[in-house]
Amino acid sequence: MGEDYPKKGRFGRYGGQFIPETLVPAVQELEKAYLRLRRDASFKRELAHLLADYAGRPTPLYLASNLTESAGGAKVYLKREDLLHSGAHKINNTLGQALLAKKMGKPRVIAETGAGQHGVATAMACAVLGLKAEVYMGSEDIERQKLNVFRMRLLGTEVHSVDSGSRTLKDAINEALRDWVTNLRDTYYIIGSVVGPHPYPVIVRDFQSVIGVEIKRQMKSKEGRLPDAVVACVGGGSNAMGTFHPFVDDRDVKLYGVEAGGTGRGRSAATLVEGREGVLHGMLTYLLQDRDGQVASTESISAGLDYPGVGPEHSFLKDSGRAQYVSASDDEAVKAFHLLSRKEGIIPALESSHAVSYAVKLAGRMKRDENVVVTLSGRGDKDVQIIAKRAGLEI
Amino acid sequence: MSPIRSVFRSLGKDGALIAYTMGGDPDIETTERVVDALIAGGADIIELGVPFSDPIADGKSIQEAAVRSLAAGTKPSDILGVVARLKKKHSTPIAIMTYYNILYSPGLDRFLSEAKKAGVDALIVPDLPLDETEDYSRLARKYSLDTILMAAPTTSPARMKSLVRHSTGFLYLVSLLGVTGARSQLGDETLKLVKEAKRVTRGKIPLGVGFGISKPEHVRAVLAAGADAVIVGSSIVNMVSSGKPTAAMLKDVENYARTLKTATKTGGSNQT
Repeated sequence: MGEDYPKKGRFGRYGGQFIPETLVPAVQELEKAYLRLRRDASFKRELAHLLADYAGRPTPLYLASNLTESAGGAKVYLKREDLLHSGAHKINNTLGQALLAKKMGKPRVIAETGAGQHGVATAMACAVLGLKAEVYMGSEDIERQKLNVFRMRLLGTEVHSVDSGSRTLKDAINEALRDWVTNLRDTYYIIGSVVGPHPYPVIVRDFQSVIGVEIKRQMKSKEGRLPDAVVACVGGGSNAMGTFHPFVDDRDVKLYGVEAGGTGRGRSAATLVEGREGVLHGMLTYLLQDRDGQVASTESISAGLDYPGVGPEHSFLKDSGRAQYVSASDDEAVKAFHLLSRKEGIIPALESSHAVSYAVKLAGRMKRDENVVVTLSGRGDKDVQIIAKRAGLEI
Repeated sequence: MSPIRSVFRSLGKDGALIAYTMGGDPDIETTERVVDALIAGGADIIELGVPFSDPIADGKSIQEAAVRSLAAGTKPSDILGVVARLKKKHSTPIAIMTYYNILYSPGLDRFLSEAKKAGVDALIVPDLPLDETEDYSRLARKYSLDTILMAAPTTSPARMKSLVRHSTGFLYLVSLLGVTGARSQLGDETLKLVKEAKRVTRGKIPLGVGFGISKPEHVRAVLAAGADAVIVGSSIVNMVSSGKPTAAMLKDVENYARTLKTATKTGGSNQT
């Protein structure tokens, strides 16, 4: 787990706790519990056990030879978070936070979800730890991610459809916050990304940092050195933060975050590429917004990246120049989806396909003796209907 | 003394009625007439909502009002414009209620200076808790705008004391755990909070109670528990969007304000 803890919850000027007064004692209670439990031997043991034997960690670091060949440059490694139980990296965080909820004596858990991966991972963590879970999901996302909705219900989780605003992830977070402010005494809110008021961006980053820690160890054993670049997709930015964080002090390792470029500028979810700073969901961060400060509606083929904000630590890494943020369009993501499926026999999530798309371009510009690691944050089963529909097929 | 504090002083033992409506719902011209009606009915302070795309502290009524207002194309500057027009007609203090990004996005200094120029007396920002008010409070002082902070049933007595130190105008007591919206009954928690706040604040700052207040009996109960003002919002918003012809709706709004105002009076209220 990460050792650094931001003062007053700020990464540079980003972050903070822009929340209703009612919630202030709740985030303070959470911070106190987290600071105690992150050092607690039995908590760490229990989480390590769940991550290994329940979720399937460590995940492999796979040298994608065929993809490397088609990129025509640096070696491309895939960090296989898609092989985790639940099919995505989200479970690293939900197991950690559900365990926190349990230790804090909160019997009820709420969560928001976009693509449904965080919702499914929350449902699983709560099922195994004996907590009651309710998940908020935008009605547009419910429509495009039906499979995950049904999975959550099978796991005993109640799914609430959110019809307000753009009916996507941002509105699901609004609704989860409204639930939390009403039920905070017995309810723990598991945020699914490195967003929200402090201490959430730290907590989620720490639980996801297992990705980068493993990459580091695995690269040392496979290549005898650190990678030259790591690449991950960024919606809220949890798999990217988990990938980047252990490398932040290794200045020779370049960090690339790939946002959803949608169908073009102004019709995207590329917050860091196109946005400017503002306050949403408890944090000061880059935001897609209009001139008056109204939050913009976003567009992306991947529900999991379809978010107008971004984790505050990413905003900080962007401004400091430590990480670079780029975007991949819907078309580029779909192309990468097919490429990885055909070349490597791996069907990636549409979210992860954005990272694959950029990584292939990047590797092509790099030397053959260099290495790129792409975090494959999730598998693509949930997206096959979207791909089929795009091709005009019924399945 | 700020205009808001003067209102409390002039009311003496009576309570103040703080009436909320969403600016630009259904359009900016109607908002002006709704405020006229609220003032005609006896509202002592007006709270005007500036719509925000993501109002996390609001329940259905005010959320939907924000959606209607934004769909009508309302801009924050339109609402400051209506404030300026209202201020020409009325001496009633006006507070703006909105979310922090509406202030932050154009630049805090710029927004507050324009608000002041329009005649705004105070701001209420539900997602700006005390811990994040440093820059904001400095500028609010610069422009002599009241800073109205919120206290909630989860606020500890120690924190309540620092809220009092940093608030001007009045302290906004969030009556319950939850979001804005009319409720049929007042919870025990609400009256407990008012009594506790009264004990801690010891009259240093007026106490306004909001969230869930919609009936004259709610008004009487919170004032009897020691509050100095009631804040009524969602039920007014519901009236504005009832679908009645404008003239009838305005009459309803005025009559409703009058009923609530009557309940704030110590002498004249019917204690039935």
